[in-house]
Amino acid sequence: DKTRDSFFGKLDRMVRGKDTVDAEVLDELEEILITSDVGVDTTLDIIDHVEARVAQDQYVSAQELNGLIRDEIARLMLEGSEERPADFDAPLPNQPHVIMVVGVNGVGKTTTIGKMAHKYRQAGKSVLMGAGDTFRAAAIEQLEIWADRAGVPLIKQKHGADPAAVAYDTIEAAEARDADVAIVDTAGRLHTKGGLMDELAKMKRVMGRKIPDAPHEVLLVLDASTGQNALRQAEEFIDSVDVTGLALTKLDGTAKGGVVIGVSHQFQVPVKYIGVGEAVEDLQVFDRKGFVQGLFKGVES
Amino acid sequence: MFEGLSQKLEGALQSVTGQGRIDEVNVAETMREIRRALLNADVNYQVAKEFTANVKEAATGEDVLTSVTPGEQLTKIMHDELTRVLGGEHEGIEMAETPPTVILVAGLQGSGKTTFCAKLARHFRKEGHAPLLAASDVYRPAAVDQLKTLADQVNAPVYSIEDDGEIVEDAVRVANEAVTEAQNTARDIVIIDTAGRMHIDEAMMQEVEDIKTTVAPNETLFVVDSMTGQDAVNTAKEFNERIDYDGVVLSKLDGDTRGGAALSIRTVVNKPIKFASTGEKLDALTPFYPDRMAQRILGMGDVVSFVERA
Ligand SMILES: Nc1nc2c(ncn2[C@@H]2O[C@H](COP(=O)(O)OP(=O)(O)OP(=O)(O)O)[C@@H](O)[C@H]2O)c(=O)[nH]1
Ligand SMILES: Nc1nc2c(ncn2[C@@H]2O[C@H](COP(=O)(O)OP(=O)(O)OP(=O)(O)O)[C@@H](O)[C@H]2O)c(=O)[nH]1
Ligand SMILES: [Mg+2]
Ligand SMILES: [Mg+2]
Repeated sequence: DKTRDSFFGKLDRMVRGKDTVDAEVLDELEEILITSDVGVDTTLDIIDHVEARVAQDQYVSAQELNGLIRDEIARLMLEGSEERPADFDAPLPNQPHVIMVVGVNGVGKTTTIGKMAHKYRQAGKSVLMGAGDTFRAAAIEQLEIWADRAGVPLIKQKHGADPAAVAYDTIEAAEARDADVAIVDTAGRLHTKGGLMDELAKMKRVMGRKIPDAPHEVLLVLDASTGQNALRQAEEFIDSVDVTGLALTKLDGTAKGGVVIGVSHQFQVPVKYIGVGEAVEDLQVFDRKGFVQGLFKGVES
Repeated sequence: MFEGLSQKLEGALQSVTGQGRIDEVNVAETMREIRRALLNADVNYQVAKEFTANVKEAATGEDVLTSVTPGEQLTKIMHDELTRVLGGEHEGIEMAETPPTVILVAGLQGSGKTTFCAKLARHFRKEGHAPLLAASDVYRPAAVDQLKTLADQVNAPVYSIEDDGEIVEDAVRVANEAVTEAQNTARDIVIIDTAGRMHIDEAMMQEVEDIKTTVAPNETLFVVDSMTGQDAVNTAKEFNERIDYDGVVLSKLDGDTRGGAALSIRTVVNKPIKFASTGEKLDALTPFYPDRMAQRILGMGDVVSFVERA
């Protein structure tokens, strides 16, 4: 095993005294990006841009090239918007600010909601959760435990209840209690299941009936270990419920989650949060620089 | 969404048409297309490289068939090679000579372990066995509830340890006592559900290793999400080093993932893929079919049967 940190050491040797990028550097860059799940198309796009910029700037030092590569990657990822601040203590434009959390099975939706509720609470906001997964075994019980951990109330109905009704109840309760934030969980579903995607769209519509712009955010959760299928997931979820932001979970392993670069670029959605563990505090606001740094760090095989 | 690989290869292979043999020169360009297709299907970078080299070797010197296009012919060669690597004899679960047969199930977070355990219990119930489920995930919120709910649906009991309504956080003890419980209650299979864990989490990896040494399972299965990308090799290797599993379960194959992780895992750990999990419902469990998986990874529709007839 070699460490990726050595890449920039090699970079130094490669570019010293040259005005083009050595093929070996590009090959290695390609390997790093592909093994980070960046995907072939996005990787080639990045490499093309790096090459073009180097050609244009004539001469670059290793340090400049290093920065340039990182810039070219970061550039692809959309920045967050003011209407949906990622910082938990930033003032929110709506009250209640309604967030719906969606994604395929087992990516970390429920856990992310628990962590978000905790972070909002820490920032002094009042939060309410809605148990919109009425389908999976013990999904409500799971969210209940997270609600306890975060110290926030949970709006729920029985297992098997209409998830749209639960979502509606949640918003209604949030309004009645003057909550700052309402976060609605949804059952995991594969993006290929039309019926379940329609159900999600209905949930969203019903929320909009109670508060015209609700949900103000639709957060798509992606698992960092997922490969190129994440692009398909994003495409379908965006199509059904207009995703406004991404959360990338399970970055505490060795998976890099590089596919979000292409997702963010192709669909123009910002990455807002990263999940870095199973504990209540293991959620961070996404930082592009740190993320790109992570691609070049750690062990590869 | 996915273009057929063979169509893509046609362009690159124009030169072969009308020639007698596939040779080094006329496939070189094509190999890049193939590698790309594999990477797009999430086959690991190194694995794709090796695999492409093997295909090149297998293809070189082959007579060009006149009845099919070279692209189709090469796709067929690749499909066969892929099936060979993915496959081998279908292996089921080995039963213990003296019951109970103990099956340990492990994997990353959210990969589908608990659901699979219930599916497996259902599968054995259908065959007339009497499985017991062990709730060794003592950490995830409501994990025991989830297992109990699913187990209820398939009429299998769950062994768990609670103290004053609180889950006792001792996964090894749960597994161990479950085996004794099975002996005492004449259950002939014990399926141990464990918490999801990261392969780099030393304490958690030690725990699953401890479960394995304590209960000495007849079968250890590694459950992996079929949507997994490049990192599949790292996790598969690390789990294999720690618990030397006997087989792999590919979950969530009901989606549209190309599932290249299957090839990566097969290549790096050389353990058979024993089951495919294809839905949230408990009857969605099938044996693993290497040829179907090969077609899926290549995204190539009916090229294979077409070439087979040629
Ligand atoms: N290591 C790690 N595990 C995580 C992270 N986020 C979630 N998990 C774990 O992943 C598993 C699945 O998480 P859930 O929150 O239940 O996922 P979900 O998307 O709600 O799942 P479904 O509702 O079944 O679709 C659990 O074991 C979580 O503890 C993370 O950032 N890091
Ligand atoms: N579509 C589909 N969903 C599945 C499949 N297997 C499991 N799931 C779903 O994936 C999610 C996670 O499954 P679990 O069985 O809870 O996964 P796990 O590995 O036990 O998760 P942890 O215990 O948190 O590590 C749930 O929503 C399941 O319903 C499958 O084959 N297809
Ligand atoms: Mg959930
Ligand atoms: Mg589980």
